[in-house]
This record gives sequence, structure tokens and C-alpha cells, in this order.
Amino acid sequence: MASNGGRPPTLEMRNVSKTFPGIKALSNVQLKAWGGEVLALMGENGAGKSTLMKILSGAYQADPGGEILIDGEPVQTGDPIAAKRQGIAIIYQELSLAPNLSVAENIFLGDEIHSRGMVNRAAMAEACRPVLERLGAPFGPHTPVGGLSIAEQQLVEIARALQAKSKILVLDEPTTALSSRETERLFDLVRQLRSEGIALIYISHRMAEVYELSDRVSVLRDGSYVGTLEKDQISADALVKMMVGRDLSSFYKKEHDPHGSRGPVILEVKGLTDGGRRVKPCSFQLHQGEVLGIAGLVGSGRTELARLIYGADAKAGGEVLLEGRPLRATGPKDALDAGLAYLTEDRKALGLFLDMSCGDNINIGVIDRDARKGGVLNLASARRRAQQAFNALRVRAPSPLVNVGSLSGGNQQKVLLSRWLEIGPRVLILDEPTRGVDIGAKSEIYRLIDDLAKREIGIIVISSELPEVIGICDRVLVMREGHIEGEVGGPGGRPVTQENIMAYAAGVAA
Amino acid sequence: MSTTQTGAAAAPVGQGLSARAVQMRSVIQAIGMLPVLILIAIGFHLATGKFLNATNIAIVMQQASINIVLAAGMTFVILTGGIDLAVGSVLAISAVTAVSVSLTGFSFLAIPAALLMGLFFGMINGSLVAFVNLPPFIVTLGAMTAVRGLARLLGADTTVFNPQLSFAWIGNARLFGIPWLVIIAFLVIAVSWFVLRRTVLGVRIYAVGGNPNAARLSGIKVWMILLFVYAVSGLLAGLGGVMSAARTFSANGAQLGLAYELDAIAAVILGGTSFVGGIGTIVGTLIGALIIAVLSNGLILMNVSEIWQFIIKGLVIIGAVTLDRFRLKGSART
Repeated sequence: MASNGGRPPTLEMRNVSKTFPGIKALSNVQLKAWGGEVLALMGENGAGKSTLMKILSGAYQADPGGEILIDGEPVQTGDPIAAKRQGIAIIYQELSLAPNLSVAENIFLGDEIHSRGMVNRAAMAEACRPVLERLGAPFGPHTPVGGLSIAEQQLVEIARALQAKSKILVLDEPTTALSSRETERLFDLVRQLRSEGIALIYISHRMAEVYELSDRVSVLRDGSYVGTLEKDQISADALVKMMVGRDLSSFYKKEHDPHGSRGPVILEVKGLTDGGRRVKPCSFQLHQGEVLGIAGLVGSGRTELARLIYGADAKAGGEVLLEGRPLRATGPKDALDAGLAYLTEDRKALGLFLDMSCGDNINIGVIDRDARKGGVLNLASARRRAQQAFNALRVRAPSPLVNVGSLSGGNQQKVLLSRWLEIGPRVLILDEPTRGVDIGAKSEIYRLIDDLAKREIGIIVISSELPEVIGICDRVLVMREGHIEGEVGGPGGRPVTQENIMAYAAGVAA
Repeated sequence: MSTTQTGAAAAPVGQGLSARAVQMRSVIQAIGMLPVLILIAIGFHLATGKFLNATNIAIVMQQASINIVLAAGMTFVILTGGIDLAVGSVLAISAVTAVSVSLTGFSFLAIPAALLMGLFFGMINGSLVAFVNLPPFIVTLGAMTAVRGLARLLGADTTVFNPQLSFAWIGNARLFGIPWLVIIAFLVIAVSWFVLRRTVLGVRIYAVGGNPNAARLSGIKVWMILLFVYAVSGLLAGLGGVMSAARTFSANGAQLGLAYELDAIAAVILGGTSFVGGIGTIVGTLIGALIIAVLSNGLILMNVSEIWQFIIKGLVIIGAVTLDRFRLKGSART
């Protein structure tokens, strides 16, 4: 629905550059967005999308020479209040709400309705009712935000933007924490807002979403503007080429033996449960050299099952057999010693030591193996390992000495993955291995998974991205409400298609 | 983002800092508060004319030695994101133990008894933190009070005194001209440095402090690490008690060690260790402890009243940490 025939863009950013000490984050970037359209903004992590949006929202100041025009008029967005007055609203991935305050208080945060310093909560609640209705919100203005789900909190943020009469709404990776049902609702909302004439900028790594929603796609790479595609020009190949600068012919690489599901069983799970709270008794087998996917809606218990297998949580019943021997994992250490490793879903909170170097993060699982007598560190061997891991996974950072916290999401994930690989597991469980990871790094991780499968390691991939699951897995278990609802792929299973997986996930499989 | 003063080579976008920027930043971090220490020392010398002579420096080092030992133990604890408020009280009860035992027929057991006393209370604190999951602040606050009471009980609420203390040489004698107190303090720093920087245990301590969940999932036994750091803190507080008793030939359960934990904590924080855990060095702690000792000594030399000493010390701590923030913008998380 591109309706830019002749009229000036609602938002135009011209020659925007941004220099931080030592780094040029943005270099002469152009952006144009029209009301009544969805513009997708894509690019690898570190390409500059967040920086550009922060300049738009007033969090950063652009270098001199850059201009921002709204409806053709140059404006100042030097600070967040000015940006808000210009009608710009941004909804960040990490929502910026105060969980201890009510919905109405959050909607009016910074702009409270008051008389002589005394806040008028009743007026605020009344004022935001129309907006909440328009959005179909299932909660009222007095509800404390802390008790709402992520999807509902997002609605509050959108309500805040609408209440402020925003003309330009930026959504930064809004679906990362949403279930597919909530994602559909968000898409409907986005279409509704589009039809109301708002200019929407949608930042996402997920191709499927970009196809479905956007009218145009602009791509950034390494801080520069690469180009824009109109709706009819949008294709995976074209986008990937623009984002990465090279051809990615086989995105989901699968050179390992696709019949891996017929090899010897390396891991067997029998009736494993946590007492029925999140995981009902589950049983399955994993073969050597097989890539087994576990799909299912958010909340179906996949991560919880993985944690039970790994020993991160105590099991209430069932058993796990690794290479035929019972695995008595009272804690992660036991699983690791036996050869089972687990890459967590949330790499920042549960995986990485953000203040430590990449090298330390990579080596943490094996320092005791290399250590000299008395527990003294073997620094030379640690350095070597870290450098080898860096090279093997093509981590883009100056050296393993750099703090891992300063790396982009994709590179952080590679560092975390290296840690588990160094331990040399026989079975590797990967929980959302490409979440928040850019296209280039994703393909490298897929290649790695394929290599591992070739080396007869058993791999379990938990993922919410169905194209990924279908692309790299030999066989897929589908979980629903704590138990394994069905299986696709492998000898005797149904064909691995999105429909079959979704049918099991929703519990409507025949 | 990088805060190098020289124009470090600009890094390609998205790859973190350039190699040169990383080097510069670690040099800045390593230097830490040393310039501040040197500046203050020079300042006092200019003001009084008698600060930087050999006798006075020896006095400063001696005065700092007990705090250095306590602060070393405190560093271990704060690196894991915890805190030990009980070190002053543990020092007191250890000192009382040392002197009391030295008065019996088994005076050769005086030092081991004191150290064991410190270790014992350290392990109790550690167990409560590691197994019962109580917040370190609360645990050691309770310990601080309870152990103080026990110290008074042990000494029958009087000053225990032994003019023929068997281990008095620790507090008063010298080895090649260097007071034993100072030697012990530096040995503690050296061993602590080695453990923290060169052993598997050290890496794990930083890991537990940086991200306890990730540490556990990486196979680290977090409870063991926590138990260890509090035990070390207790043990070193015990050593501090021995040093104190050796110096004064006496120990008073009610008076000794009051507020020592505050100086220890100040030394650690001044040294650049972060309260949230995972960041910090033992060398920084050493410099921090020296800054505190230099401040106290210098202000006395300048005949500043005790009241003002407190005020100035407090302001210096705040000022120094603020300075630190600016120097390491983005990486220091206190």
C-alpha cells in the first residue's frame, strides 16, 4: 500500500551520522517513512539500527550535518521530550515501563495530568480509556503493570504512544518474547494503526514477519545505508545480500546424514517429569548424529524439560540414560562430566559473564582440565583454546581479551556456544540458539550444528522459529502443555511441515 | 564505549573496542587509584614537610597492615557480590582467644586457636549464605553483633593482658628492618593475588560474582565458592586479631575492632572493586587501604582534629569513587 505518490515523507532522516569515541556508528544514513505504511528496518546486529532510532527519539544527538524532517519541515529532536512533541514514539525491545505503577500512570509517565503539583489519577484513568478500548486491551487503567504479560505490557506502550498522538511509531523487535497468537494480534494492531495513517517503522530479524507486514524495507550495513526495497521486490535473497554483502546460497545447511535418526541411541529420556507443574512425564530418544528439534508454543515446557535433563532443576520422576548409562544429575556439573551440555535460552542472564573476557567465558568449563597442579591456571593453553574457538566460529571481535559484554548478540552467542563445544559433549541441547542473532551469524551457527551432527554428536534444538526448525532438524518433537504431543519427521513420522507442527502444538492434530 | 584519551584506532562498527582500545582500558584499570595515592602522599609532604621520610612511611605501613589483611578477605567476599560486616567482631574474638590461650600452659596454641576461631565464624557465615540462601548483609550483620557479645563473654568483659606474650614479635619485631606486621600484610596480598589471578578457584570466584546463575549452569559448585570466600574472610580476620594482640599485648572484647569493617570495605571499594560482584583486583584493595592509612596519618601530622578526620575521610572516599566512574565510563558498575 505504498502511497508516496508525490507527497513528502512523514519522516525523513538525511545524512545522519553518529560518532562515538573510537567508533563511527552511523555514516550518512538516509531514511524515509510515510504515514499509512509499514517500513521495515533490517540489518545485522551492530549495523546501526538502534543508534539511528535513538537519534530519532532524542536519546542521542546526531553529528552536525544530519537533518531530521517531519512532513518536510526540519525539526530538532535533541531530547526525548522534543521528540515526543514531534509525534515520535519508540517501543524498545526491553520495555520501558514502571512495573510498580498502574497502566494509566505509565501511559502518562512524564506528562501526568495534575493541578498544582497534585496528580489527578481519576482524570488520567478516564483519559486513557478510549485508547485502551481502541486497542482492545483486556485490562483497565488501574491495573498494575507489573502483573501484566509481556504482550500486554507492549499494549500499554502502544497506548502510551497513541495517547501522545504519535504520528511515527517505531517498534524494535517487538515479537521476540511473544507467542505466535500474541504475534498475530500485534500484526493486526500494526495493520490497524497503518490504516489510521501512522507511519510505522518495524525493526526485526525475522524474515517471515517482514514479508507479512512491510510495504517497504530499508537495510543498514556497518553503519551505512544500503538501500530500500519496495514490496514487490522483497525477497529473502535480495535482503540477505543487502544485509550481509555476500550471497548466502545455502542458508540452512544440511550436509550431515539425514538418516541420522536411524543411528544408535545416544540419549534416552523415560518418563521425565517435575511433578506435573510444567513438565508431565516425557519420553523420547536421541540418536547419534541426529539433529532433533523440539517445537511448541511459548510455555509448552520445552526449556523446563531441557533443564530437567541437564540437572539444572530437580526432577520428580523418570530417568535419563546417556549412552546406555543412567545419568544421575544432581546439578549441571554431573551432566557436564558425563558429556551433556546445555546452551541456555537467555544468554545474558543465564549464560554469559558479561564483565569477563571472551576468553574467560569460553574457557570457564574446561579450566580445571587444563590446570596445573594445585589448581593453577594454564594461561597458555587457555589463550590457545580461546583463539582457536574464535577462528572456528568466526567471532567478530578484536581479540579474545575483549569483554564479551561489548559484542553484538550474534557474536555473544558464538562465544557462549564455544564454551560448550570446548567441553566436548556427546549430547548438546541448544535452547533458542539463534534468538537475537543476525542473519550472518545465524547461518554460521547452522553450519556448526551441521558439522557437529557429522561428528556423531547428538543435538537437540529447541526453537520457536519454525522455518529454522524445519530447515535444520531431521526430526521434530512437538510439545504442548508439558508433554510431547507428537512427532514429525524421522522414519514413520509425518512429513516435517509447518502445518503439521502447528497442528500438534495447538492440540488439533487428527 | 571506549574512553581513550589518545585517538585509538577506530573499530569497525559492531565489533566492540579495537585492540588498542582494549589495551588502553586495561592499563587504565590496572593503574587504578595509584595516582590518587601518590598525589595525596605528595600533598601531605608538601603541607607538613615530614610525611615522606622513612620513619613515617614505616609507621603508615604498620598502621595499614591490619586493615590490609582484613580488606584482602573482604575483597574475596565482595567479588562474589556479598559483604562481611562481621570482620571487626571476629578480629576481636580472635584477639581475645589468642591472648587468653597464651596465658595458659599451651601458649604455642595461641595463634592456631585464634585462626581457627576466625575460620569457624567465617564458615558459619558462609554456610548461612550458601545453603540457607540468606542475604550476606543480614547474616554478617547478625554475626557482627552476636560475635561481639561472645568476644566480651570470652574475655569476661575485661581487657585480657599478657605482658609476656609468646608471639609479641609479630607485632613489634622486624625482619631485615621491615616490621613483621608489614611482611605479613604483603604476604597475604601476594597469596590472594595468586589465588585470584592464577588459579581455577580465582576464575570461579569472579564468575560467581559476575553471574551466579550462569556459573551454576557452567558446572561450578557455587556453594563451595561462597563457603570458601567467607571462610577466608573469617580466617584473615582471625589473623588480624593475632596481629592486633601481638602489637598491644592485650585484647578487649568490647572495644577492639569497632568499625574495622568499615575501613576494610572502604579500602576494597576505593580499590575499584564493584559492590555487585565480578569486578575488582587485590592490588586495587592494597592501594585503597594505603590511601586510607595515608589519609589518617597525614591528617594527624597536620594536627587536624579527629572530628575533621572523619569528615575528610568520608569525602575522599566519595570523591575518589566518583573520579573512578568518570575514568572508566561504561565499565565500572558500582
